[in-house]
Amino acid sequence: MLRFIARRLALAIITLLLLSLIVFAISNVLPQDVGRSILGPFASQETVDAMNHKLGTDQPKLDQYLHLLKQIVTFDFGDSFQTGQPVSDLIKTTLQNSAKLAILALVITVPLGIFAGTLAALRRDTIVDRVIVMFGLAGSSLPEFVTSTFLVVLLGTQLHLLPPLANWPPGSNIFEQIHYLLLPALALVLVYFGYIARMARAGMIVALESDYTRTAMMKGISRGTVIRRHVLRNALLPTIAVVATSTGYLFGGLLAVELIFNINGLGRLLVTAAKAKDLPVLQAGVLVIGIIYMFATLIADILISWLNPRIRLGSEG
Amino acid sequence: MGDPALLEPPPPGAIQVDTTSARSTARRETVRLLMRRPEFLIGMGILLFWVTCAIFGERLAPHDPQLPNPLFSHAPPGSDNWSYVLGTDRFGRDVLSRVIVGARDVLIVAPIAALLGVTLGTLLGLVMGYYRGLLDDVLSRVVEAFLSLPVTLVALLTLVMLGSSTKTVVLVVGVLFAPIVARTVRAAVLSERELDYVQAAKLRGENGPMIMTREILPNITGPIIVELTVRVGYAIFTISTLSFLGVGIQPPSPDWGLQISEEYSMIINGYWWTVFFPSIAIASVVIATNLVADALQSVLQR
Amino acid sequence: MSAMPREEQHAALEVEGLDVSYIVRGVPRAVLRGVSFTVAPGEAYGLVGESGCGKSTTAFAALRYLPRNGRITGGRAVIDGTDVTHLSAGQLQRLRATRVSMVYQDPGAALNPTLRIGTQVEEAFTVLGQSNARDKAIAALDRVRIADPRRVMERYPHQLSGGMQQRVVIAMALACDPQLLVLDEPTTGLDATVEAEVLDLVQSLRVDTGAAILLIAHNLGVIRRMCDRVGVMYAGKVVEEGPAVEVFDNPKHPYTVGLLRCLPRRGARREIRRLQTIPGFLPQIGEDLPACVFVDRCQLATEVCRTDPPPLVAVGDSRYSRCHHTDRIDEIPEPAVDPQELQVTRQEKAPVLSLRNVSKTFKQSGQPVFALADVDLDLRAGETLGLVGESGSGKTTLAKTVLGIHAPDEGGAVVLDGTELGGVVTQRSSEAKRAIQIVFQNPDSALNRSHSVRYIITRALKKLAGITGHEAERRLDSLGEQVRLTPRHFDMKPAQLSGGLKQRVSIARAFAGEPRIVVCDEPTSALDVSVQAAILNLLADLQRDEGSSYIFISHDLNVVRYLSDRIAVLYLGRVMELGPAETVFNGPHHPYTEALLSAVPSVEGQPSTRIRLAGEIPSASAPPAGCVFHTRCPRFMEGVCEVEVPPLVEVEPGHMMACHIPIDELRVLQARPQEMDAGAT
Repeated sequence: MLRFIARRLALAIITLLLLSLIVFAISNVLPQDVGRSILGPFASQETVDAMNHKLGTDQPKLDQYLHLLKQIVTFDFGDSFQTGQPVSDLIKTTLQNSAKLAILALVITVPLGIFAGTLAALRRDTIVDRVIVMFGLAGSSLPEFVTSTFLVVLLGTQLHLLPPLANWPPGSNIFEQIHYLLLPALALVLVYFGYIARMARAGMIVALESDYTRTAMMKGISRGTVIRRHVLRNALLPTIAVVATSTGYLFGGLLAVELIFNINGLGRLLVTAAKAKDLPVLQAGVLVIGIIYMFATLIADILISWLNPRIRLGSEG
Repeated sequence: MGDPALLEPPPPGAIQVDTTSARSTARRETVRLLMRRPEFLIGMGILLFWVTCAIFGERLAPHDPQLPNPLFSHAPPGSDNWSYVLGTDRFGRDVLSRVIVGARDVLIVAPIAALLGVTLGTLLGLVMGYYRGLLDDVLSRVVEAFLSLPVTLVALLTLVMLGSSTKTVVLVVGVLFAPIVARTVRAAVLSERELDYVQAAKLRGENGPMIMTREILPNITGPIIVELTVRVGYAIFTISTLSFLGVGIQPPSPDWGLQISEEYSMIINGYWWTVFFPSIAIASVVIATNLVADALQSVLQR
Repeated sequence: MSAMPREEQHAALEVEGLDVSYIVRGVPRAVLRGVSFTVAPGEAYGLVGESGCGKSTTAFAALRYLPRNGRITGGRAVIDGTDVTHLSAGQLQRLRATRVSMVYQDPGAALNPTLRIGTQVEEAFTVLGQSNARDKAIAALDRVRIADPRRVMERYPHQLSGGMQQRVVIAMALACDPQLLVLDEPTTGLDATVEAEVLDLVQSLRVDTGAAILLIAHNLGVIRRMCDRVGVMYAGKVVEEGPAVEVFDNPKHPYTVGLLRCLPRRGARREIRRLQTIPGFLPQIGEDLPACVFVDRCQLATEVCRTDPPPLVAVGDSRYSRCHHTDRIDEIPEPAVDPQELQVTRQEKAPVLSLRNVSKTFKQSGQPVFALADVDLDLRAGETLGLVGESGSGKTTLAKTVLGIHAPDEGGAVVLDGTELGGVVTQRSSEAKRAIQIVFQNPDSALNRSHSVRYIITRALKKLAGITGHEAERRLDSLGEQVRLTPRHFDMKPAQLSGGLKQRVSIARAFAGEPRIVVCDEPTSALDVSVQAAILNLLADLQRDEGSSYIFISHDLNVVRYLSDRIAVLYLGRVMELGPAETVFNGPHHPYTEALLSAVPSVEGQPSTRIRLAGEIPSASAPPAGCVFHTRCPRFMEGVCEVEVPPLVEVEPGHMMACHIPIDELRVLQARPQEMDAGAT
């Protein structure tokens, strides 16, 4: 098992390197003239050259890439173009807020999704099943900004149930913050509930139709106990993988949601940085999100292998 | 000497074939099964509606989608004796007309991006799944690296650096979809290549590309078609999000995502219709493609 | 646990007119059409039949565990006096917990992969409300002859071998001391020697507990061995019933007669007579059938068989046959034998294929796996070499090395007509590729389901024989004729063909390039018995016509014996014995061969010796020292067998053996009928 973890970790590091390479390629290699891309067609050549020099794009590519790697390791990405603040500080503050939102969304989505998926599988082909599947399907079809819009219009401005903007007064405690974050979290829940519910349902169905469930039933164990003791643990393994990938998609969804609800999170930071062509912030932000996603999948992989005795113990005798 | 066992007709239940090729019969059977599924019909219905809008846009629209009318800016739905069925935006442009014409951009751009992604992804997946070994290991790491980044995010970064135009959007989204498709195709190839007929092909000296295209590919068209349909939905999803964020399709196009982004700040003042109806439009198209994809998956998987 | 016979009034199982349907796409399709039989208390009853006859469905219906789309549409099943068909969920649960138990076909899948063995076995006791479940579980594992039960309790299912897994399932089944034990193909998929042990175990447990047994199997030999009575099923009906020995020795229904004649019997060789086949096809589930379900394939059929359902005729003491013409059973013709047909050409020339010092070692998670070691074999033109061995014997690896799917280790060579072949198929000439072909075991995966039959064969013609265009058309027609496919089949895709037809296409494809050597890898194992006979006949015919040599792999010893000229017996990658088929089978033979033959249940009665091997087949990554068989050999000689590797030497003209015991001694030892249990290490 330890060997498995070590191997997985090594692979993760390679992936991380490739990730940095991709980001590097997009931001430094793809554009013909990085400085020009940032400053636009109307800037003077001198300002463009100055920008290029500042960014270091006049250096050989390899040096640039190594510089980026160093930045990742030391977590120092220079200063933002827009505000002059150190990028790492910006990321730290915004990441906290994004994390609050993401965790709130996950805390609601994951149990809800698993519960709904399991219920749908147990009541397969009934109206309950169809409603859950349809709802999940519809939800996961919608872009986050669409669900946000609906929710803001419906619950925010028309029904006035929840605040439409997540601007909590400074000094609010955690519960008040949650009150403000609930609407954006719901917008995310609507979208990601579907993935988890459907995977939980599929895993459950496979487990219910398997031979070992049949054996347990034939032993004369009650259906409820069979489901609890035999089915659930096998059914939930594939769901863990989906939770991990959903975490990744979630960070993509944050972009629109934070913009709409005016949350000072990483997503909004990136969007404003994009509009302002603030390259250091953009690069750093994308990398950070990528790293978070990678670790989510890494933990999920390890968790799955740990729970699966075939992998945990290998085969003997 | 003939074994009477074999001069009997084929077992009942098998489809009788005389002169028509087996392939067209199978296709007809597939279509027939699809038509019996409500989700397929609903999905196709919605899509057909929007395709019609995309093709006949200007003729169907009651007003000129680009013509501003300052007198009626932000008019609620039903204004002017229901001349503006869905209301107008801040420039007085008819929402209904803009929504109808807005279908065109999305319904042309998204499928192209999806097609690009699926083509590249299939190629990649075939090569990775068939050859395995070092090539597969390396490419899998690259694919995994791409998959760690949300598409919208990378697209954002790329479009910022390259400048956004409709063409770049299609290219970027298409290329970014390739790794996802590659993963699905690779999985399908992996299970096929263990089957004996692949071994038989190798034993008669078929080379790699032949086996990939003639032997394996025809058997994985099912998952590929499903993936294509799903990708169209995601393409719409992604492209409208990018438009919303300002790096996708540019104004003054009546693109739905763009409409929402332009009018969003006005919701506070109660002007909900400018945002609501384009949202419904996007939602309906994506849901429709997912319904069709689901139906295809169930039917092709039997 | 009671050891006394049950003094019950009720039959252990009584099935009356059971009708079961599956609902497919909204249409109910009949699977069981009024099945009736009775299992007396303490009796062993076998249900036998080919695929689709409904034997497994009967067992599951009696226990009310049908798939989601299954329905009992008529009749009833009564277990120990309780009508199962109308029980509530709670009552059903209690019945399953206390009076009836089941053992399944795939024990690995039947055990929960994420729970320890101990937990699962204890569960069988706790459901009865018993305390001390853990001790009882350990005792149960002990009872099924699992060594070191405490350690096994801590294991997970995937860590046990197939045989051990099945013992665990049996232990769980016996926990409640059931009145009725249902076994659904319990040994299909297990090696012959392991199967013999499991069957022995079931037999002795049956005697101890007095439970009645319902055994479902397609292997007639297993049924004969284990069961007092047998019911032969066809298309959802029981067509013949009676004491097992009598039914198999003297069948009274045309289907049973046909079935028995399809089997290669002891002493039958392909030069002596062809296997008889049953014309026609097995009916599909839910097909509308005439009054007598067998009429379309029956040699005795008359008009009345189509219109009137055949009565259940008593043909002996508690023997029944469902037929209008039981009196004419002896009239079923045997096929006329044309001696010219059977002549097998054999030329004594230089061998077509030679394997010299072939070894193959794989690497699996760091450990070397010695799949083949030091194999020397020759294959002559036109002869069939049978490869016999259990799992891990290396017979599949050997076949793959010959084909070029694997390359042999350094120092080994595969030689075709005197020329050494490239290790892997990509290194071989097109002549070599054409000369060596294969027929696969599984007809479904052997053919590309997107290709038509025509494409499959013409492509092979192009690549292997270099023939295209009109000539290819002609060759296609003649090949089709040779394998008995009609032109109508050419445009079909594999999904539209039955298993037997698919296998014919596979064979046609293999013969497209007029190969010198065809590897037949369990070509009939996935087929029903009646279809198997036709394919074996076909293979024999083609060999005679084309002069090809076969390397024939099968776990079914009777089939191997029928087709093979010479036989090689493999164990853990090494050749233990090599010689003419009759000699290897009749003896004197290698102790392993002896054990194998003793383990295989035959439809004609039990072998004269009963030899049981102890333990499991050792892992191929850690083969025992000296003679690899010494750990399980009942004739193990201390001081010799574990030290020195016995060389493969010629002990008689044409007969090679790798054993330290001299052949004359073996001849004497094996002449006596005996029972031996190996108590070796």
